[in-house]
Amino acid sequence: MAAKAPGRWMVVAVPYLWLLVLFLVPFLIVFKISLSQDAIAQPPYEPVFDLAAGWDAFKEAFSQLSFENYSYVLSWDNEFIEAYGSSLWIAGISTLLLLIVGYPIAYGMARAPKSIRPTLLMLVILPFWTSFLIRVYAWIGILSPEGLLNQLLFALGLIDEPLQILATDTAVYIGIVYSYLPFMILPLYSALEKMDETLLEAAADLGCPPIAAFWKITWPLSLPGVLAGCLLCFIPAVGEFVIPDLLGGSDTLMIGKVLWTEFSVNRSWTVSSAVAVLLLLVLVVPIVFYQNVQAKEMEGR
Amino acid sequence: MSTGVTEKTQTTIGGIRRKFAPWTDPAAVPLIRYENVSKRFGEFVAVDNLSLDIYEREFFALLGPSGCGKTTLMRMLAGFEDPTEGRITLAGQDLVGMPPYKRQTNMMFQSYALFPHMSVWENIAFGLKQDRMEKGAIDARVDEMLKLVKLEKFAKRKPHQLSGGQRQRVALARSLAKAPKVLLLDEPLGALDKKLREETQFELMDLQMKLGMTFLIVTHDQEEAMTVADRIAVMNHGKLVQVAPPAVIYEQPNSRYVADFVGDVNILEAKIEAVAPGNVSLYTSVGGGAKLSIAQNVEAKVGDSAFVAIRPEKVRVDLEPPAWQEANCLRGEVWDIGYLGDLSIYHVELEGGVRIKAAKPNLTRMVERPITWEDKVWVSWLPDSGVVLTS
Repeated sequence: MAAKAPGRWMVVAVPYLWLLVLFLVPFLIVFKISLSQDAIAQPPYEPVFDLAAGWDAFKEAFSQLSFENYSYVLSWDNEFIEAYGSSLWIAGISTLLLLIVGYPIAYGMARAPKSIRPTLLMLVILPFWTSFLIRVYAWIGILSPEGLLNQLLFALGLIDEPLQILATDTAVYIGIVYSYLPFMILPLYSALEKMDETLLEAAADLGCPPIAAFWKITWPLSLPGVLAGCLLCFIPAVGEFVIPDLLGGSDTLMIGKVLWTEFSVNRSWTVSSAVAVLLLLVLVVPIVFYQNVQAKEMEGR
Repeated sequence: MSTGVTEKTQTTIGGIRRKFAPWTDPAAVPLIRYENVSKRFGEFVAVDNLSLDIYEREFFALLGPSGCGKTTLMRMLAGFEDPTEGRITLAGQDLVGMPPYKRQTNMMFQSYALFPHMSVWENIAFGLKQDRMEKGAIDARVDEMLKLVKLEKFAKRKPHQLSGGQRQRVALARSLAKAPKVLLLDEPLGALDKKLREETQFELMDLQMKLGMTFLIVTHDQEEAMTVADRIAVMNHGKLVQVAPPAVIYEQPNSRYVADFVGDVNILEAKIEAVAPGNVSLYTSVGGGAKLSIAQNVEAKVGDSAFVAIRPEKVRVDLEPPAWQEANCLRGEVWDIGYLGDLSIYHVELEGGVRIKAAKPNLTRMVERPITWEDKVWVSWLPDSGVVLTS
């Protein structure tokens, strides 16, 4: 037993070390930057902790840290709060759309003959083989006023003038739903596939028609998958930057885009760090919720 | 639940109690009728042009090996499969094409199929809620069912918090709650251990009598079928081989298949020498050649080959030639003895290499047995113990 102990310790230590070095430390650096002030310097903020300058200099630097950036970001005069709200709204609507689109696909896959299920699964994952950026760019070609969609609608005689989809929130929804669909389908599929189909036979046998049986049996039993899929889509969608930047219009307000502007255009490392830390706080709530649900589900087994 | 009554009785107009056997009554109207029913899955014929009548208040067992079509036959009654050809009626109503949720049958599934996200109470109430019964009536009925299966204390538990036996009871209560015209039981006791299974068999019988319902059970366990059923249908390759009460299936099987499937049996090849009313004389070449005599009416010609089936418990083993009869005596040597505690099974190798099994109850404590390995012995049986089979 004694010989085993160091090996065991290693197994636990490696992931913790990984998280510490590659997640916690960078986060603390970002957090520290968010408490600093902008400066025309290299790096572009102050104070800078210089351990070589001695304890007094460290204390002096520490006293310069302040929450000023947070009060700036959280002030109603600036657009940040609006951007957070709008991000949550867009991510929420997108997640709902993803669920509506993804559920029937996952259901169809889970009820397909066993022999073709791996192929269907492969087809869902297949888009990942092409760069995400290229796939989002492709939507510009489809949605633009002279794009494929408008050409098609013209050819069919359904419209007289091009639909303005690109550079609107609609395009952002389309982009998010398209890009995140596999993340919705996979957890749903795994939940639905596990379900014993005799349960539906039992429901029918007890006098429950198929549609009612779906809501009474299939849906509640797929809820863990629904939650996992929704959170898996919602969390990254809130901070999404590429899709609103490429497909959205100038009035599409999302926090990822705001953060990018703050960082690259305004060159304020400190404010963008504060935005990032607050974004993390906003997302911690659903993440903790997700983990609770998972823990509960594990208990249930 | 105690089994007070062991034999089902029905009262006739004269008030005379007689055995429950509606299938012998030409005036009785069957509750369930399968009429020339076939079911094919692609090339595979699961049920082959089968007709069967099942009567009200009957406990009917479909018995056969896996793949013989017994489950398909039951699932067609529940509505999960539709017959390819033929008609199925329940109480005169044509069932073909009617979806399962409109049928007045309820099924207890082999896997129990309890809804994992619902409590015991909700599981049992599920069917009642579908009927839009009022709240008070549902409460009363669920409580009644819980009491029936003795699970009152477990109403709030989820299925995964119950033992296998308790789950089985919940499944039973759920399928009984709607008081269906027929209760279908698909291998209901397969997941229970032997002791619990035997107990539950008697409880099922008791319940069936108490509720006066029609039960249709599918099983591959012949002992289970024999214990619970009023009639057994032995199936093979989608066809009914024999439909009869358990004692008839056991004592008068109509074919080698039935004799072999239900219980243990010795089968000897023989040639018919003489046919008389109530008696057949045969000759078998095994055991040094012997005359056989079986008290049975057989439609066969002299010279036909036939099989004689004899159950191990009806075979005697003696060291001396039996003086009381001439026929049905064969010579051999004890090849092996299986000691089961209550019984000893003697495997006797007859001259010519055929082995015959004889079961002897161990009536006294035995340390030294009078007959032992490699003894030269005589096996014999009475003329009314064996059965002549022509197929």
